Parts: sequence; C-alpha cells; structure tokens
Amino acid sequence: MDAGKSRNGGAGWGARVIDEIVAGLAGKPGALMLVLHAVNERVGFIPPEAVPAIARALNLSRAEVHGVISFYRDFRTEPPGRKIIRVCRAESCQAMGAVALAAHIRARLGIDFGQTSGNGDFTLEPVYCLGNCACSPAIVVGEDLHGRVTPERFDEILSAMSSPRQPR
Amino acid sequence: MTALVYVPRDSSAVSLGADAVAGAIASEAASRKLDVKIVRNGSRGMFSHEPMVEVTVGAERIAYGPVGAGDVASLFDSNFLDGREHPLRLGIAGEIPWLKSQTRLTFARAGVTDPASLHDFIAHGGYRGLRRAIELGPDRVVAEVTKSGLRGRGGAGFSTGIKWKTALDAPARPKYVVCNADEGDSGTFSDRMIMEGDPFVLIEGMTIAALAVGAAQGYIYLRSEYPHARRALSEAIATACSNGYLGANILGTGKSFELEIRLGAGAYVCGEETAMLESLEGRRGMVRFKPPFPAQEGLFGKPTVINNVVSFATVPIIIDRGAQFFHDYGAGSSRGTMPFQLAGNAKSPGLIEAPMGVRLGEIVYDYGGGTASGAKLRAVQVGGPLGAYFTESMLDVALDFESLAARGGILGHGGIVVFDDTVDMAQMARYAMEFCAIESCGKCTPCRIGSVRGAEVIDEIINLRRPRENLEVLRDLCDTMKFGSLCPLGGLTPLPVLSALKYFPGDFGLTPAEVDFIGTDLAISTSGAVTTHAIAGR
Repeated sequence: MDAGKSRNGGAGWGARVIDEIVAGLAGKPGALMLVLHAVNERVGFIPPEAVPAIARALNLSRAEVHGVISFYRDFRTEPPGRKIIRVCRAESCQAMGAVALAAHIRARLGIDFGQTSGNGDFTLEPVYCLGNCACSPAIVVGEDLHGRVTPERFDEILSAMSSPRQPR
Repeated sequence: MTALVYVPRDSSAVSLGADAVAGAIASEAASRKLDVKIVRNGSRGMFSHEPMVEVTVGAERIAYGPVGAGDVASLFDSNFLDGREHPLRLGIAGEIPWLKSQTRLTFARAGVTDPASLHDFIAHGGYRGLRRAIELGPDRVVAEVTKSGLRGRGGAGFSTGIKWKTALDAPARPKYVVCNADEGDSGTFSDRMIMEGDPFVLIEGMTIAALAVGAAQGYIYLRSEYPHARRALSEAIATACSNGYLGANILGTGKSFELEIRLGAGAYVCGEETAMLESLEGRRGMVRFKPPFPAQEGLFGKPTVINNVVSFATVPIIIDRGAQFFHDYGAGSSRGTMPFQLAGNAKSPGLIEAPMGVRLGEIVYDYGGGTASGAKLRAVQVGGPLGAYFTESMLDVALDFESLAARGGILGHGGIVVFDDTVDMAQMARYAMEFCAIESCGKCTPCRIGSVRGAEVIDEIINLRRPRENLEVLRDLCDTMKFGSLCPLGGLTPLPVLSALKYFPGDFGLTPAEVDFIGTDLAISTSGAVTTHAIAGR
C-alpha cells in the first residue's frame, strides 16, 4: 500500500510487469482478485492500459475486468499521492468526533476525500471501519494505524512525517 | 535470569504506541545491561490500559498500563521487572476485575500467549479439540457442534451444526471450508483480535470443520483493512504446515487440508456470504439468490461450510470440553458465550466475553464505565451499522438473539457503540442510508435505489420540507427495503433509521405522535429482519 513505490506516477509499470504478475497467479482459482491486488500493490494503482493484458491472460472480457476494478474501493485507477491517509467515517469513530476530525484533516491538507494534494504528497480516502473501534477515532497514514486521533494529534503526526528525521 | 516482558502486537495497541514502547524497553534494558526478553502477545482487550505491559514475576504476570514510551525509564527505575510499585501498576493481570469477571472461552488465550508460538498455543490447551475430533470422527463431531447450540457469531445466528451437517451430507466433491473474516461492522474487532492474538485457534477450528465435512481446501476471506491480522495468520499457517497441523496427512490421519488467505478489497457487502463467494471467485461482490445455500452449492458451485472467525474459533473448546460444557452457558436458544465489543464513546471500551443473555447495561456501565466524554449517555447501537439504536431506558435488554429481537434489535456480530448527548440522531439515521448507498452491491433495486432515496428523504424531513408527506415516503421506503431486499444490507438498514426516528423524533424536528406509526412497524421489521438474517445465515 505504500504509495512511495509509485511516486513517478506509474512509471513503475510496463507490459512485462503485468505479464510477470499474471504468470505467477493465473493458475489459481478466482485469480482476478489476486492479480488486481498484486498490480495495485506493486504499481500503486491499476493503469487502465493494463486492463486488456489482464483480461487476455485470464481469458476474461475487458468489461469483466473493468467491472471488478470499479466495484472495489481498494483498486485505484490513478496514481495516488506519496502518502495515503485513510480516515474512518463509521459510527464508532463518529461517536468520538470523527466528523470534526475529518473536517480538520480536509482543511489542513486542502483536499477532499478522493483527492490528491497538488504537490502529490497526500491522497485522502474514506474508510468504513479499521477494527480499531475501541480506540476511536482511527486513521491510517501510509501503513501506520493511529487511534484516539484528535485534530492536534493529527497535526503532530503530520509534522513528524514531514520532519527529516523520519525517512518515510 | 532473563526477565520476560509482554508488549502487545495487537494493532489497536500498536495504534496507541505499543511498538515504540517495545523499542524503548529493549533499548533501556540494553543500556542498563539487563537481560530482558520481549514477547509480543495479543491484547487482552482492555483498551483503556493499552499499551499494557506485563512482566512475569514467579508464576504471576504483573500488568502496567497505559504505558507510553516516555514511561519506560521510570518503570525500570521502579524495578518493574520485579513487579514493584509504580503509578501505572495495575496488579496481577488476570485478577483485574474487568478481566476476571469475564467468561473467556473463545478468548481464553488472547493476550496471554505469544500468537506466533505453536508451543505456547499447545501449552495452553491448543489442538486438544482437533485431537479429540480425530478420535470422534465426522458424524460425532457434527453432532457435538449441533448439540452445543453454537449459532453463527457473524450476525446471522444460524446453527453451525446444521450447516456442517448439510455440507457433510452433500454428495458433490470437492468441498470447501471458508472463513468469513470480512469483519466490516463498525464497533466490532473480535475477529481481528482472534486473528492477531490467537491465530492458531482459528486454524484449529477450520481444520476440525474440514475433517468433519470432508474438505481438503480452505480459504480465509480477510478484509484488506487488517494487515496485522494478515501477518499473524500467515505466520501461524506456515508454522502449522511445517508441524503437521496443516497440509498433507494431518496428525497422521491421512487427511489433508490446505489453507489460503484471500484478501477482500474494501467492500462491506462482501461480508455477506454469497457476495464473499463471488469475490473469492474473482468477481464483483454481488449477492447471490438463495437457495441453493452455500452448504449445498457454495464456492465454485461446491458444498461449502462458511463460518465467521469467532464461530470457528469457538469450535475447538466445544470439541475439547464437550457440547454440554458450552451449552451450560447462555440464555434461551442463545447458548454459550459471546465476545461483545464495546466501542465508541465508552470510558473503558474493549472485548468483553460473557455468557449470552448479559444485560446491555452491564456491558455499557459495569464494564464500560459510561461515556468517555463524561457527558450523558444518549444512544447505544447494538449489532453494527445495521443494528437498532437503544435509549438509556432500554439498557435492561438482555444480549441474546431472542431478547434483542423482542425489543426490535439484532445481536449482529456483537458490536456495541455508545454515543453521548452530542449525537444528532437524525444525522445517524441519514448516515445509515448513506452507508447503505455507498456499500450496496446494486443487484436489487430496494437497496440500490432505496438507500439513495432514503438519504434524500431524511434530508427533506430534517430541513422541514413537507415533513409529514416525506415521513410517509420514508415509511414506505423502509418497508420496501425490509421486505424486498436480497440480503441484510438493504433489509436491515431500516432498523437504525426507524429506531432513531422512533426514540429520538425531536432530532428530526418531529413530535413523538408523528412517529407513532413506527411502534408496530419496528415490530414487523423485527420479524422481517430476523427472517432475512436467518436466510443469510444458511
């Protein structure tokens, strides 16, 4: 999920990458989900240009592949920012101030859910439950889960991230 | 002598800084030249004390919490390795009343053992169930599970034994065992805690199921939001394989069982079992018509046992201790214990395993200590995003399938979310519709269109645009969703909506008299809901 791998906006993928991924997984039952996860993880998103190759390799129509990509929230069709910030919007987090937290985060980053900041630093995504409900409200920054996040705590997380001491 | 220190690797504990605490303990011990071994255990589920550090002193484990990385030096200064006094000292972990008063059957090892250690698992009673299951043979295992009264812990509450019997009797081959680990309900985390804190018990339960029904391949459909669980499970599966507990010739039986983790991709509806099967087969997570039920025609059209994580994880103790042992706990036709999960605005949230039939108020007040904010408690949602809201005056309701149904609610997966008096229940009702619209698979019209229209109509009511007429529309819409939806997503969304409307009409700008009609409707919705749910569970 680390968007850092795709920081050049998909330069990391080529037909060979897709072929490689598909070759390793095509024999598995129900392989399409596995392939899409692998591409999404390796490239950072699923380039629309990769769809015909995936379809061909799995003997599916392009429409079938597109249909699966568009169904699941995890599968992106555009390169994300360097860090993906996911904010839980579900009931338990709402009970602990998630609505205000989300408003703060949107204002702070200057982007809405589903958007990537102009400098390519952040992509903001909604998530519906992280299973961290006993420590609401919860967010995920990159791969790190955070609990009991207040607007102030979010600002700390953000500044710790941009400080040079933290390589990631 | 090596001092044994436990720091949870549970993702919630990590979200509060447990990794930094473990790191600080390691470096502090190194600089003081002390011999310390850090075990990354699961969580005991007492999240007001997480990160909770435990130290082995003699036969006891002394707990300290909540520990921040900044507290570590002072813990060493106070000789916490000997269990000495410190402001964060909580006493003997197992003696903390919040834990001691629980009935931990399924969660007996969670937070106690090292989840990565097969040795620990076996030393604490693990794999006794599987060994006994091998002695008993398929028919008697299925009979035992049936007799225990275990009903699905994922939400539908269908008899696990009857499901297994159907798969056992199905003539088609091959058969599959699938674990539904797509724990999407807000306010729930028991599946996650099992997978992170005691993954071998899930593997053991699935293996017992596989031997019982004659399946050689199993899948765990795990939500992608749980990367920690994925790591813990992957480790445990590999360890089980290399020790003869998975793979070919399990414990010399000549039977084989392979287990593979498959990831979801952020679709709530894939927690519905037939949508999950579609997803496992590599398609959009669209709900299937039932019948045929998965136990007859499931994954790839073959007989498939599908159970939730907690259901599978409860089977080993049932087989080990006998059906009667489990059956002795509980109320009515809800047997055994249930891991309730207290979340939201609760002062002491966490995992509370108690016999079915415990009162909601005991969970919310005796364990939860009321609201985290200290403000007045206003509403409690039981059973996830599709569960009903209750008022404070209704906290006497017993938490079991029947008692909740009688009060217009559902047990679901056992999630309990507390709200204080800052909550706007009209917004929560609107959110229920919005969530359904976002997550609908789109196969049936009542859910796909009804939820979008539902959010619009609630907006109209809140904004006082022809509220009376729009209330009529909302009522119709809820009826249509309840009775016309293919699965519980559309079928149960009216439950939070109508309960919010019924108990908190003022939040919608309405009077109690104006929502009077719901009195009977919610009752109708209950039987309707239970029906849809029971069908979903088959």
